[in-house]
Amino acid sequence: MTDEPAIEARDLSLTFETGDGPVHALKDVTLSIGKGDFVSFIGPSGCGKTTFLRCVAALEEPTGGTLTVNGMSPDEARRARAYGYVFQAAGLYPWRTIAGNVRLPLEIMGFSRAEMEERIERVLDLVDLQGFGRKYPWQLSGGMQQRASIARALAFDADILLMDEPFGALDEIVRDRLNEELLSLWSRTGKTIGFVTHSIPEAVYLSTRIVVMSPRPGRITDVIESPLPRERPLDIRDSREFIEVAHRVREGLRAGHGDVL
Amino acid sequence: MRGFLPVLAVLAAILALWVAAVAPMNARQALDVAEREGAAVTPAESRTRFETPVLTLMLRNSGEIWRGYGLERPRLPTPWQVGQELWATTGEMALEGRAFSKRSLIYHAWITLQSTFWGFALGTVVGIAGAIGIVYSRTMELSVMPWAIISQTIPIVALAPMIIVLSSQLGIEERGVPKAVISAYLCFFPVLVGMVKGLRSPTAEQLDLLRTYSASGMASFLKLRLPASLPYLFTSLKIGIAAALVGTIVGELPTGAISGLGARILIGDQFGTPLAIWSALAAAAILAGVLVTLLGWAQAVTLRRMGGGR
Ligand SMILES: Nc1ncnc2c1ncn2[C@@H]1O[C@H](COP(=O)(O)OP(=O)(O)O)[C@@H](O)[C@H]1O
Ligand SMILES: [Mg+2]
Repeated sequence: MTDEPAIEARDLSLTFETGDGPVHALKDVTLSIGKGDFVSFIGPSGCGKTTFLRCVAALEEPTGGTLTVNGMSPDEARRARAYGYVFQAAGLYPWRTIAGNVRLPLEIMGFSRAEMEERIERVLDLVDLQGFGRKYPWQLSGGMQQRASIARALAFDADILLMDEPFGALDEIVRDRLNEELLSLWSRTGKTIGFVTHSIPEAVYLSTRIVVMSPRPGRITDVIESPLPRERPLDIRDSREFIEVAHRVREGLRAGHGDVL
Repeated sequence: MRGFLPVLAVLAAILALWVAAVAPMNARQALDVAEREGAAVTPAESRTRFETPVLTLMLRNSGEIWRGYGLERPRLPTPWQVGQELWATTGEMALEGRAFSKRSLIYHAWITLQSTFWGFALGTVVGIAGAIGIVYSRTMELSVMPWAIISQTIPIVALAPMIIVLSSQLGIEERGVPKAVISAYLCFFPVLVGMVKGLRSPTAEQLDLLRTYSASGMASFLKLRLPASLPYLFTSLKIGIAAALVGTIVGELPTGAISGLGARILIGDQFGTPLAIWSALAAAAILAGVLVTLLGWAQAVTLRRMGGGR
C-alpha cells in the first residue's frame, strides 16, 4: 500500500450554466482525503456538498481543476468499482426483497450466483440486517431501509463509501444508533468514507476530518482535524474535546455565512 | 368485499332510472296498443297524439301506462325483457346444445372476442414499442407523439369503413383482420401513454444509482424502467382492452358484417327489433366487465408477486 490519497481534488471547479446565468457550485476546491479517513462535509444548503460527491462519483463533469480517485480519473475509478454511493433516500426497489436489492449491483456487475449469495449474507450481517433478506422494503422501518441501502453499496467491495445525507430523513434516536453502527462498520472494514451532513454533532462524532463549506460560490472555508480517538462511545459527545470541535465547526459555518450577509 | 355495497347501490340506481324511463319512452306505443284493444284513449288516434307532449299523454291516460312495460317491440325494453332476451339467446340455447348457432349471442360474442384479442395484442405491442421509442429517442418523441395524439382525434366511425375497404383492396378476405386493426387503433393509445409515463417513473436518483454501477442501457431498462412501469401498464391495459372491444364492435357495424355483437346491433336496427340491440349491448357490457375484471385480477397477482403489500 502506498500513501496515495483515496480522493484528491486540486482547484476543482464546477459552474452550471442555467437560465438565470452561471451557478458556481464549486470554486477552487482543493482537498486530499487519505485512505481510511472518515471525512464529513458540512455547510448550508447549496454550498456544493452534493456536487462534490457527484464529481467524485463521475456523475458530474467538473469544469475546472483536477480530481483523482484512487489515482485514477473518476470515470476509470467507477469502472474499477472504487466507490459505493448512498443517497438520502434509501431508494430500494419496492418489487425486490432486501436481499434482491443488495443483489442488484452484483447482478449488473456479473458476479456468479454462489458469490452473490455469499456477499449478500456478509453485507446484511455487516449492517445488522441478518434474517431480513426475504422481507420487502415496505416491511422495514426507515432506518432499516437505509441500512439495506448501505449494504447494497458495500456489496461489491468498493473501498470508498460516498454518503449524501444518508440519515437526514431519520429521527434523532434512530440516527444515533445508525451513527454508532456506521463507526463500527468503518473501523471493521477500513473503508474511506465521504459523508455529507447538516448536523454538527453528527459530523463531529463520526469524522476524522470535517470539511466546512460555504455557498456562492461553493468553497471550503475550514478543514478540521479531529483530536478524538478512533474508538468513540456515544457519550464522547459530552467530552470537552468534542464540544471544542463542535464549537470550531460552528464558528467556521458562521464565518462562511458572514460573507454573504 | 367492502367495495361491494356501493357497486350494488349504483347498479340499483341505474336500474331504477331505466325502469322509470320506460314509461315515457314507450307511452305512445302503449296508447296505440290500448286503443287497438278497445280502451278509451284521449286524444284518440295515433296521428293526433303526435302533437301532444308525452307527459300530457301520460297524465291523461295514466290507467294505460302499464302497457308500456309489456310491449312486443318496445322502443325501450325493460331490464327484465332484456334479461329474458339475453337468456333466450345465450343460456337457453347453450342448454339446447346450440351455443354456437348463428342465432346465439354466445356465437356472436365469441366472434367479437377473437377480434378484440387480436386487436388488443397488436395494440399493446405497438403501444409498448412506441413508448420505448419515445422514452429512449428524442427524435421519436418529437415525431411519433404528435401523430399518436392526432390519430385519436379522428372519429373511428369515419376511419373504420376506410380500413375495411382498404384491406379488401389488398386482397385480405378474412373479415377479422380489419376489425383487429380498428380495434388496435383504439387500444394502442392508452397503452402508449401509460407506458411512457411508467418508463419515465424512475427518479433521477434511481437512474444515478445505476450509473454508479456502470450499468448498460439494457440493464437499466430491464432492471429498473420495465419493472417500474408495470403498475402503469396494467392500468393502461384495462383501458386498452375496453377500447379494443369498442373498436371491434365499431368495426362490425359497417355494412357487410353478419356476425359479431356489432353486426347484431346493426341488424337489430335494420329489422326494427330494439330488444336484439339492447341484448347485444348488454352482452358487450358484460364482456367488457369480464375482460377488465380478468385484467384486474392479473394485475393484483402480478403486483403481489412483485412485493406490493400493505
Ligand atoms: N444540475 C444542476 N443544474 C444547475 N444548478 C445546479 C445543479 N445541481 C446543483 N446546482 C446548484 O449548485 C449549487 C450547489 O448544489 P448542491 O451541491 O446540491 O448543494 P448542497 O448539496 O450543498 O446543498 C446550488 O446552488 C444548486 O442550485
Ligand atoms: Mg445536497
